[in-house]
Amino acid sequence: MSESSAIPLTTADGVPLKTSLRRAVRRSRVKAFLLVSPLLLFLVVAFVMPIFDMLWRSVDNPEVSTQLSRTVTALEGWDGESLPGEEVFAALAEDLREGQEARNLGLLSSRLNYEKSGMRSTISRTARRLRTMEPPYKEAMIAANDTWGELDTWQVIQREATPWTLSYYLAAVDRQLSPEGEIVKVPEHLEIHVSLFWRTLWMSLVITALTLLLGYPIAFLLTSLPLRHSNLLMILVLLPFWTSLLVRTTTWIAILQSQGVLNDLLVGLGVIADEARWQMIHNKTGTIVAMTHILLPFMILPLYSVMKTIPPSYMRAARSLGGRPFTCFRRVYFPLTIPGIAAGGILVFILSIGYYITPALVGGQSGRFITNTIAYHMQTSLNWGLAAAIASILLFVVVVCYLAFNRLIGVDKVKLG
Amino acid sequence: MPYNDNHAGKFAGRRLLASAVAGVSLVGLSSLAQAQQTLNIVSWGGAYSMSQQKAYHEPWMEQTGDEIINIDRSGNALAGLRAQSQAGNVTWDLVDMLPADAMIACAEGLIEPLDHDELLADAPDGTPPSEDFVDGALGECFVASIVYSNIVAFNSEMFPDDAQPSTIHDVFDLENYPGKRALMRKPINNLEWALVADGVAIDEVYDMLETEEGVQRAFAKLDTIKDEVIWWEEGAQPPQLLADKEVAFASAYNGRIFDAMVSEDQPFEIIWDAQVFELDGWVVPTGKLDKVRDYLYFATDTQRLADQAQYISYGPARYSSSDMVSNHAETGIDMMPHMPTFPPNFKTAIQKDDEFWADYSDELTQRFDAWLAQ
Repeated sequence: MSESSAIPLTTADGVPLKTSLRRAVRRSRVKAFLLVSPLLLFLVVAFVMPIFDMLWRSVDNPEVSTQLSRTVTALEGWDGESLPGEEVFAALAEDLREGQEARNLGLLSSRLNYEKSGMRSTISRTARRLRTMEPPYKEAMIAANDTWGELDTWQVIQREATPWTLSYYLAAVDRQLSPEGEIVKVPEHLEIHVSLFWRTLWMSLVITALTLLLGYPIAFLLTSLPLRHSNLLMILVLLPFWTSLLVRTTTWIAILQSQGVLNDLLVGLGVIADEARWQMIHNKTGTIVAMTHILLPFMILPLYSVMKTIPPSYMRAARSLGGRPFTCFRRVYFPLTIPGIAAGGILVFILSIGYYITPALVGGQSGRFITNTIAYHMQTSLNWGLAAAIASILLFVVVVCYLAFNRLIGVDKVKLG
Repeated sequence: MPYNDNHAGKFAGRRLLASAVAGVSLVGLSSLAQAQQTLNIVSWGGAYSMSQQKAYHEPWMEQTGDEIINIDRSGNALAGLRAQSQAGNVTWDLVDMLPADAMIACAEGLIEPLDHDELLADAPDGTPPSEDFVDGALGECFVASIVYSNIVAFNSEMFPDDAQPSTIHDVFDLENYPGKRALMRKPINNLEWALVADGVAIDEVYDMLETEEGVQRAFAKLDTIKDEVIWWEEGAQPPQLLADKEVAFASAYNGRIFDAMVSEDQPFEIIWDAQVFELDGWVVPTGKLDKVRDYLYFATDTQRLADQAQYISYGPARYSSSDMVSNHAETGIDMMPHMPTFPPNFKTAIQKDDEFWADYSDELTQRFDAWLAQ
């Protein structure tokens, strides 16, 4: 019997069942979508758009091409071997004069100063003197400021005339373009970012390992103690979790500094001499200790929620089959807690990669993270392009970590509660 | 009050009313007209904001009924101004910032150009503002209110009475003056001091720093104390580190150290040798000039600047105010010897070169960070 000849099933009011079903499904889909739409909208506005904005800023390069448009046009076809001719200087004079009137040379001069120190004052001084300057501009400008007589000034302008640039990414990985257009390392005394990236990753791993080491027994205790005691323990875990991050961080300063509680105690007990107090803060130790403490609950809670679902009878069964305590733990209990370890681990690791207040306060010089550099370029140097490039690389690292984690353990195995 | 007379006289040409109400406070009138506005004023916080509160804000609020809200964001003022301007919603009305930042903000069009003789009060003797303010105090978009100084201070209890440090050389002399040093985690000031301690003359410091050789020399000198340095980032840290005896020396803003000395009775001493002084003052975000015009006139007049010096040891940026500097408001001690501009303190002072730092701050900061990470 072919399908077409079959009498279609209908509902009571004569609509084919298939259509009716489809309608019902569509209606519930629309309902579901409407219910999540506020969250979706929020995520798009507060999360997706800023990320794209950041990615865009890390390559956006409008300053030279828009504000020196005449100069850039005049520079077309320039061989880069000798100083450009008068027509380029005249175009530059025109561009700067216009920028000075519109008072918008600031971003241009900052942009060029990233590529060549000294450009900021060169541009502002030249723009101020243009009023009294007369052609030929080539002589006049070089006389007013040597920088215009240097070949690399013009090479920089020519190179940065594109609306997109990779300079920020190059700078973020301690590279730059040589005059020949090749990617080369920056001089050794300017190298900073790559080592900070590695340090951030490495210290985050250490912190994750420490939270696991400390958190695992606590989570185990939480599940095995009688309710009355485990509740108290849970409060002890949660109280610091509810306490302000800044309070916890500054408390560690009070405890660990060289005139602090711990050092005083050690000196009082005669363990160390007064002159040989330990430096435990404003260095790597400070960052690791404070961050391990702060992130501990993020390890304990997922572990706890996984361990609670493991029936105690499993361990009893293993023991009754003759397993020694450690073997039973290793072969039965531990494998069952791996989803909790994975959840806690990835949570702590990703959170700690992005931490910046705590390293800034207790990290001193050796305990700083790459995030502190991002904050610096956001707030102080105002090199937002470089900040965006570093942040994009960090985002990329986190995504790679997540994908690797998914490959090795599987996100579907993660349990947060 | 000289201030009211001045004000009325100044606007006589522009405001027809003025002749009729000469001697009557125009401020009173204008505040009636705009009845009690709220001014969002951005400053540095701490003892400095307190001195502004006492010297400018409180009398102004009392006179006009305006409400002034202090926002402690000057540390990131440039970033804030740029972000607000890009977002098209400038909420700050007046910002206290450094002249170097003001230069950048001005070039970006974030703040208003100021016609100083038009906007500011004359000195009581009629000297126009352009002559009454100290050198460099009036920028294209900037009007200074104070002269402050970056100095190195020490805790006198940490050295024997007969061997107290006194010069910038001593800060770099670990042998005779052992102990940790707290320095600001920025190349600024540190490079200048390193060169001076290495024997460079005060007026050659910035010429030297423009050369690769000079920068290397400065870093080499800093290398000699690097292991003993704790790097601070917040202005409140150095007095705390000194008080805790975490460090023997700390670079700091002179006002913070003064505050700790008089208000908390800390045994600190300031090394005035090679102090790096600079100015600090007001800028007006673009579009806010009409709103803050009267306040700006008030807050930068001779009396107000002199009043501020009763609360904090920063020198007034007007010559006419300097002579009026009196005693500390709470303790009654003479403020003069605590001012950066007091002649004995000022002998070997370095004026911070804003243009140099505008050009080289990016590169030297990166180099400094790389040096720290080595």
